[in-house]
Amino acid sequence: MILMTRTARDDVALVAALRAGEESAFAELVDLHTPAMLRVARGYVRSHEIAEEVVQETWIALLKGIGSFEGRSSLRTWLFTILINIAKRRGVRERRDADVAVLAFTGGVVDPARFRGSDDEYPGHWLPSEVPSPFPDTPEGSVLGDELIALARRELDKLPERQRVVVTMRDMLGLDSSEVCELLAISVANQRVLLHRGRSAVRQVLEDYLRETT
Amino acid sequence: MTSGSMDCNELVELVTAYLDGSLAAEDRARFDLHLLECDGCENYLQQFRVTVDTFGKIPPDAIDPAFRNRLMGAFRDWR
Repeated sequence: MILMTRTARDDVALVAALRAGEESAFAELVDLHTPAMLRVARGYVRSHEIAEEVVQETWIALLKGIGSFEGRSSLRTWLFTILINIAKRRGVRERRDADVAVLAFTGGVVDPARFRGSDDEYPGHWLPSEVPSPFPDTPEGSVLGDELIALARRELDKLPERQRVVVTMRDMLGLDSSEVCELLAISVANQRVLLHRGRSAVRQVLEDYLRETT
Repeated sequence: MTSGSMDCNELVELVTAYLDGSLAAEDRARFDLHLLECDGCENYLQQFRVTVDTFGKIPPDAIDPAFRNRLMGAFRDWR
């Protein structure tokens, strides 16, 4: 896990240390959160350099606002709320009409040609040639396992912005659904649609890859 | 949602809702019943879980030391 769940007491202690100007507390927070912040920022801006600027601006904003932190949300949620606001302002891929367009998409997450047609005895079921096979077990550190991780990472980067951000937060960083909805100001239903489309697209690429190589 | 049995092409649209535990009880039952009879969809669900697990195994980006120094410098400026 990249983002450990911090208890409120941890947050309170760290905030108190920051207010006291304790450098080791800041270093601890930077090491804990910066990798995830870079991943999330990268979902909004077009280069790693700009993502670093966004992250730096976020830390400075956090320090300037540390006096007003009341602990109503976790420090992480507060940090990511600041980050996303800054990233959106900097982003060239600014998202519009947050909730409206998500549900308008009507295509399926699996190619309809893989299913039997309406004239078949079992319409809507897998065609015999298209029935999925289980993915192989890939022990940690195995060549195939590493290939799948690298492939998933590349495909994640290719997803549309909001799918990429939601999949990154949920599946890579381990945030829960309510946290993601709050951070992105989207409904639970739309969060789920974005997550499902993103996961499904990458699943398809992994399946194609495994069909070819195994 | 329609009632009655679930087809494979409906099931594939509901996997995230199923894994999140957010399907209505009736749809969850249709999903579970379909899985019992359909190896293809059971395999599909397995593929989906592996995909989700794979995202979780993507290693975090290392913090570039120069960038980390810039952040620590910003902290000293603030203090």
